[in-house]
Amino acid sequence: MILSPIDIALSSILLLFLIAVLAFLFNRYQKFLITISFSMTTIASLLMVAAGGWTVGKGITNQIILPIGLPDLLFHLRLDPLSGFFLTVIGLLAFFVSIYSLGYVKGFLGQRSVTSLIIFYCLFIAGMFMVVLADDALFFLISWEVMAAASYFLVMFEDEKIENRRAAFLYMIVAHVGAIAILLSFGVMAGLTTGFQGFSGYTFDAMRATRFPLGWATAAFLLSFFGFAAKAGVIPLHVWLPEAHPVAPSNVSALMSGVMLKTAIYGIVRITFDLIKVFPWWWGAIVLVFGLVSAVLGVLYALMQHDLKRLLAYHSVENIGIILIGIGLAMIFTSFQMPLLAALALTAGLFHTMNHAMFKGLLFMGAGAVLHATHERNMEEMGGLIHKMPWTAAFFLVGCISISALPPFNGFISEWLTFQAFLLSPSLPNPLLNLLIPMGAALLALTGALAAACFVKAFGVTFLGHWRGHHNPNIHEADWPMRTGMMFAALTCLGLGVLPTLFIEWMDVISEQLVGAKIATSATGLGWMWLTPIAHERASYSGPIVFLFIMAVVVLAYIFLHVRPAAIQRVPIWDCGFEKINQRMQYNATSFSMPIRRIFGFFFSIKEQVRMGSHYGHKAFPKKLHYHLRIRDLFWGWLYKPVIEVSFWVSRKVGKLQQGRIQVYLIYSFVTIIVLLVFQG
Amino acid sequence: MILYPFIIEILQLLIILALAPVFAGWIKMLKCWSQGRTSPGLFQPYRDIIKLFSKDVVIAGNASWIFRFTPYLVFGVAVLAGGIVPMLSVDLPLAATADVIALVALFAIARFFTALAGMDIGTAFGGMGSSREMTIASLAEPAMLMAIFTVSLASKSTSLSEMVQVIYSGLSVFRPSLAFALLAFILITLAETGRIPVDNPATHLELTMIHEAMILEYSGRHLALLEWAGMMKLFLFVMLGVAVFAPWGIEASGDFAAIPAAFLFMILKLAAAGAGLVLIETGLAKMRLFRLTEFLGSAFLLATLGMLSYFILE
Repeated sequence: MILSPIDIALSSILLLFLIAVLAFLFNRYQKFLITISFSMTTIASLLMVAAGGWTVGKGITNQIILPIGLPDLLFHLRLDPLSGFFLTVIGLLAFFVSIYSLGYVKGFLGQRSVTSLIIFYCLFIAGMFMVVLADDALFFLISWEVMAAASYFLVMFEDEKIENRRAAFLYMIVAHVGAIAILLSFGVMAGLTTGFQGFSGYTFDAMRATRFPLGWATAAFLLSFFGFAAKAGVIPLHVWLPEAHPVAPSNVSALMSGVMLKTAIYGIVRITFDLIKVFPWWWGAIVLVFGLVSAVLGVLYALMQHDLKRLLAYHSVENIGIILIGIGLAMIFTSFQMPLLAALALTAGLFHTMNHAMFKGLLFMGAGAVLHATHERNMEEMGGLIHKMPWTAAFFLVGCISISALPPFNGFISEWLTFQAFLLSPSLPNPLLNLLIPMGAALLALTGALAAACFVKAFGVTFLGHWRGHHNPNIHEADWPMRTGMMFAALTCLGLGVLPTLFIEWMDVISEQLVGAKIATSATGLGWMWLTPIAHERASYSGPIVFLFIMAVVVLAYIFLHVRPAAIQRVPIWDCGFEKINQRMQYNATSFSMPIRRIFGFFFSIKEQVRMGSHYGHKAFPKKLHYHLRIRDLFWGWLYKPVIEVSFWVSRKVGKLQQGRIQVYLIYSFVTIIVLLVFQG
Repeated sequence: MILYPFIIEILQLLIILALAPVFAGWIKMLKCWSQGRTSPGLFQPYRDIIKLFSKDVVIAGNASWIFRFTPYLVFGVAVLAGGIVPMLSVDLPLAATADVIALVALFAIARFFTALAGMDIGTAFGGMGSSREMTIASLAEPAMLMAIFTVSLASKSTSLSEMVQVIYSGLSVFRPSLAFALLAFILITLAETGRIPVDNPATHLELTMIHEAMILEYSGRHLALLEWAGMMKLFLFVMLGVAVFAPWGIEASGDFAAIPAAFLFMILKLAAAGAGLVLIETGLAKMRLFRLTEFLGSAFLLATLGMLSYFILE
């Protein structure tokens, strides 16, 4: 038998399980265990990248039925280009993060045992791979739970801190509410497939073959969208995300933000475009609206953060929003039978999926390196790290530019494609959509510009200026495995930005299979250097020329200006003759975002207090001012607090049933049996 | 003639490098006259730049490579953008490098690095400038995109050369949608290039500085590059407006003999745009920072009205 991609994929998953077992056995040799297990996850991830890349590149579909599972409910696996694409994304980031972990996890040596971290790390990656490979509802949900449970334990890794336990608990609840919705959605679809007779409808193949009536299909779609939105952190279901992602170890945060959220995107695409296939335009409108809300509010909340990892977590909400914008537009175009435009929007969304995995992984790895060096997550206590950590700073900067959608890096390409999809919306035969969709484009522009502001803040406050902290830790540059992992991710960001056409040609088979058109022929109409979606008269962009031209001018100007040796004098910082300037007088994260806080203040619940301390004789000469600022998510008070209070109230009432006396419980059982017998009759 | 587009491209790059300071000098001259002062002459920006190039560079002790790299990058971006916006002819090899959206993003990367350079030294001025600049940019961006959207509705393209050609091929520019878009574009240009009433390029007062606050620490050749790039940016925004809203005179026939006429047209349009800018700048006072939401909000509203009027009236 010839080797097929799915064999490689399976061997990769087996390898991950094997590492988990090995980690258990070699518990005593911690240092050795880190080296050996993360080297092996590197190999497993690379295998998966090979399997995924091969599947998408050749456009093949493999199916396999594993002889495990319940009787009559065997596990079905399928590797088609859509799965292959997500396997590549997950595998690639897992590869970079595994290299990074070789150095990062050593930081825990001597503090705590890392065995559980390694075991759940492997199960987590394997779970994500299985979700994408699953071809029946049962295996999908089992894999989904493996992924959720493993990540729960990873969030709990440093379990002596109360915030970690709280975050993990919140995460668990939201994940399970979502999982129930997904289960119900599959239940609806599987039931309709067989007319609610028997279990044979649980495979995706059976669902693909069925045309669902609109009402039931809508129910299934809404349930699954709710479930996946809870996983992806779509506003208003996002509150767990900025709690759980920052407290996990940074390599795990990178994977959670970078790729775990993407499994939800995969689920949405799989269910709408592949399983249900025919849908009305307002499904797309729902996805688009939630995408826009998440994008704008995500970035605004991110701007208000001064915890570096929390800030990045809110940006995941924003970027999931941007991906959903692309997918929502693709759904709208599909429902109006415009395959070419749908292909453009879908490619934009999926491209952003890849991009976000790369730069968010990179940024979390960078934040991890900073945390590792300074033991600090609060940006207000940092500054000037570019001098002590030049490599980390450079890689983090690449991530910042990419996520701010600036050329010539990758984030720009996918946002530009999304804009092009927006600009083509006037051809939709629906006046209402024609008038409203351009507003979406404006909101996306706002998001991009605010993201740039946010990352000027994040990079500027963390890496530039002077050290703001009170204590002066011994800051060191990240070690070489960490640097290598970040470097690979940074190079991928640049590569995807400079040569997007190659990537689009590779992934084009997905849109061909899902929406029935490909954009590569037009996207690369002028050759590999030019990205021209739809037509070159319409719009064009050339990554290589932008990159090389700017670099050439920079080098020429530099050489030209250094022919005459003009001296550079390094002098102390100009203090306006005041002479008492200190590092606490610098702009910090809170002051940087003050204008935006004031302009968009109605989106937050802000409590700002200024209190005067003691003064020198008269209150015009205060000794000390106390400034207190608290900013909270509006949704917590609006949406979650009532739910929490109601559920506590209900449990208190229900709790009255619990009497603690055996006689009462016997009566309960007796009544239950009577009731059941009555209903049976 | 296969070489023709390349000759035009080089010509255009030379024009932007050489004429941008003259345009800045023209604005300064008109402004002096309108305020009853004696002007330093049309070529004063040249003398400033040359003087700065020959001076030593003084930078703060803790400045990182970002501080030194930024001027070169900003300059590089301005030169590249100068090769994209059609001024004399639409036969530009670089024109397809970026459409309007990508062009705006190119200016955004220059702004991103300038803002980082402002944060690099660690003085309050730099951070203040960066914070304000990024805030204004994030308010200007949606309006800019809406204006682009409106314009692209008529021309079915976001490529600048293509827009010019569409207008030449008989599309009327006297449309309500384009009029609204033009008004919005003027407001955005004032914000993006840091002119009154958004920012005052001549001030060094801490409460009002925005762009100047970010580049306050620069000196010598770094400052020269930044100033030159700033002049080029203003020049390019005017040219961008010309290409989109009033392209007459830009040569589209591939005929070299039409180039001198195109050049003459360009000079006339620049002179007029400079005069208009001076009228705005002398007629208005600088706005408070938090009034800018209304200013840029109205730019967004105008662009949106343009879009609506396209769907309703056209």
